[in-house]
Amino acid sequence: MSETEKPAGDGERLARLRRPATAARKAAAPPPPVEAPAPTPRPTGTTTMPPVGGDNVLLAVNGLQKHFPVTQGIFFRRQIGAVKAVDGLTFSVNKGETLGVVGETGCGKSTMGRLLTRLLEPTGGQILYNGHDITHASTHQLRPLRREIQMIFQDPFSSLNPRHTVGSIVGAPLKIQNIDSPENRRRNVQELMELVGLNPEHYNRYPHEFSGGQRQRIGIARALALRPSMIVADEPVSALDVSIQAQVVNLLSDLQKEFGLTYVFIAHDLSVIRHISNRVAVMYLGKIVEMASDTDLYEHPLHPYTHALLSAVPIPDPEREQKRDRILLKGDVPSPLNPPPACRFHTRCWKAQEICRQTEPPLLEISPGHQVACHFPEEKDLVG
Amino acid sequence: MITILYLPAVDAFGLIAPRLRVPPAGVLPGLPTGRGAVTAPLDVAGDVAGSQPGALLDGVSSKSIEGRSLGQIAWIRFKRDKFAFASIFVILLLILFTILAPVLNKWIGVDPTTNDINNLNIDTGIGLPIGHFGGINGSHPLGVEPRNGRDIFARIDVGARYSLIVALASTVLSVVLGTFFGAIAGFFGGPVDTFISRFMDILLAFPQIIFAIAIASVIEGSKSGGGLWTHIILLIAIIGFFSSPYFGRIIRGQVLSLREKEFVDAARGIGASPGRIMFRELLPNMYGPILVYSTLIIPVNILFEAALSFLGVGIPPPNPSWGSMLSDATGSGLYQIDPWFAVWPGLFIFITVMAFNLLGDGLRDALDPRSNR
Repeated sequence: MSETEKPAGDGERLARLRRPATAARKAAAPPPPVEAPAPTPRPTGTTTMPPVGGDNVLLAVNGLQKHFPVTQGIFFRRQIGAVKAVDGLTFSVNKGETLGVVGETGCGKSTMGRLLTRLLEPTGGQILYNGHDITHASTHQLRPLRREIQMIFQDPFSSLNPRHTVGSIVGAPLKIQNIDSPENRRRNVQELMELVGLNPEHYNRYPHEFSGGQRQRIGIARALALRPSMIVADEPVSALDVSIQAQVVNLLSDLQKEFGLTYVFIAHDLSVIRHISNRVAVMYLGKIVEMASDTDLYEHPLHPYTHALLSAVPIPDPEREQKRDRILLKGDVPSPLNPPPACRFHTRCWKAQEICRQTEPPLLEISPGHQVACHFPEEKDLVG
Repeated sequence: MITILYLPAVDAFGLIAPRLRVPPAGVLPGLPTGRGAVTAPLDVAGDVAGSQPGALLDGVSSKSIEGRSLGQIAWIRFKRDKFAFASIFVILLLILFTILAPVLNKWIGVDPTTNDINNLNIDTGIGLPIGHFGGINGSHPLGVEPRNGRDIFARIDVGARYSLIVALASTVLSVVLGTFFGAIAGFFGGPVDTFISRFMDILLAFPQIIFAIAIASVIEGSKSGGGLWTHIILLIAIIGFFSSPYFGRIIRGQVLSLREKEFVDAARGIGASPGRIMFRELLPNMYGPILVYSTLIIPVNILFEAALSFLGVGIPPPNPSWGSMLSDATGSGLYQIDPWFAVWPGLFIFITVMAFNLLGDGLRDALDPRSNR
């Protein structure tokens, strides 16, 4: 959606859409006691992230863990293990920026997204939103938080209730959070639909009458309904055609500019991530192996896993594509039930030494804003 | 003459053929106009058409493209299924027949509990009906029962009342109980699920008929003795209670699969309570299976009622019910000599069961958006 397509008077409409209540609500809320993240006992091997940007930090995550128990038995369930989906994440997201998260299938990206929106209860660690500790907030305590953090889901087909009309799907957040009167709701919802490029006349239609891209726009409208500060987008374009992907990604960046949104953008498509992100975190088996600004990461990758990922990106130049060496990782991702000790990547790493099997490399800041968890970080030109 | 193939989609901005437009109304299509033959969609009119996506629909009134609700779509699909559509008429006819039973009986001049020995051939020793087809004549449209000469037509239409009331009401009860507990078990999982599911297993393994006999004898032994309606309510409670686990299991399974959908996470993400998620988000997605299994369990409940009536804990005699009529015929062995005694109640049970089954099948096809029919 480009600016030129929008009808005149757009600015006015947007200004009206921006709820003044947000500011009032924030002012009314008691100023949170901004505590420094308590030095909680954290899993070995992770280092505390240096404070980034001070009070510009919107979300701070400290040693976040999620272990799914694996149980056995019918009457007396006993735990025989745990899937360590997310195992010690430490990072922060600044206001107004986009943090891209990439990684293979099953590396814990989506679990992380669900932990940040508190759809899942973390096993360990800490999540601070705007200074509030929301790690173990109850359903009741989370209610006001839902207005601040929203989520866009991966599957545009299962994320919309097939029995609800678009109007009631987009209006549900307003209804549940008691934001407006039922008389205004229709107008508000139709404005939201217009904002994301849907025809407001389709208010009474059902999701099955829309295409994948339009459905994803419905999901975006729902996420925007509460005027959140932060949106966690869990692979929002993975299920869409490439041409539609571009439209949706552009819509998301337009909305970010208009509303000053902060995104945590989860994807496995490196080019999408590069397009939209300010900073990128690379995950492997529930841990961040490298985190840097987007140019830094794509031009000066340091971790061997990042090298492998980037070498899989096709280069639109047959000659260079022929010449460069592809890094093919051997084997599969090890089971998160029983992850390899020390450096989790050592089983597939061509540079692995004895130290990689003995001690876990901490996530260290090697150059300003560039963190990597590897004993043998090395720059390698892969994308050019 | 040069023929120009004009493609509006390619020439979106009118750059190639700015002057070549659709012939104005009145010009015959296909005739060469202006400098060349114009091939263009005739329904596209005006200069803007084709340059804006969606403009093609401008001419169409907004009423005609209004979205259909899922209910409307289901109804359209349902109407296409002739058998299912016919079954609705059969069921409505049956209900009308039941409601009008007293009027019909008065008009014909029959009564379900009056013994009419004049129509029986005493000489046979058993008391077979006089005449062909179980004694059908002007005053007895479906003949009479052997041995005591009660009018079969009157017993069928009055029996329909009890059979349908018990079957429908017990189905409603089992749907309500089954949906509620099944949804809770599936949604909350863990110990709640274990407790409810094991309880349902116990109910399914329970000897229901013995339980029913026990309760009925307790009621009959009580001071009030248990009138007709006490028995009916008892039947509804027992049948509804014992058939609810079938529903509960289906609903639990549905909820288990639905609660993993992302729209449930989305609802939680906007702060919806578990109650809202269960009843506003999940339940509407289960109307299909609920309706289908209801229509399929009604005939089962009709037969269950018949079984209980046969064992003497159903509708107390001399009040008729289809089940007890069939039991009378088969239990006494009289159907071997006078088959019509068993044919009529059997036929009505068959038609009713068949109609509800066809209705259930039709509903399933109509309500499942993924089915291709």
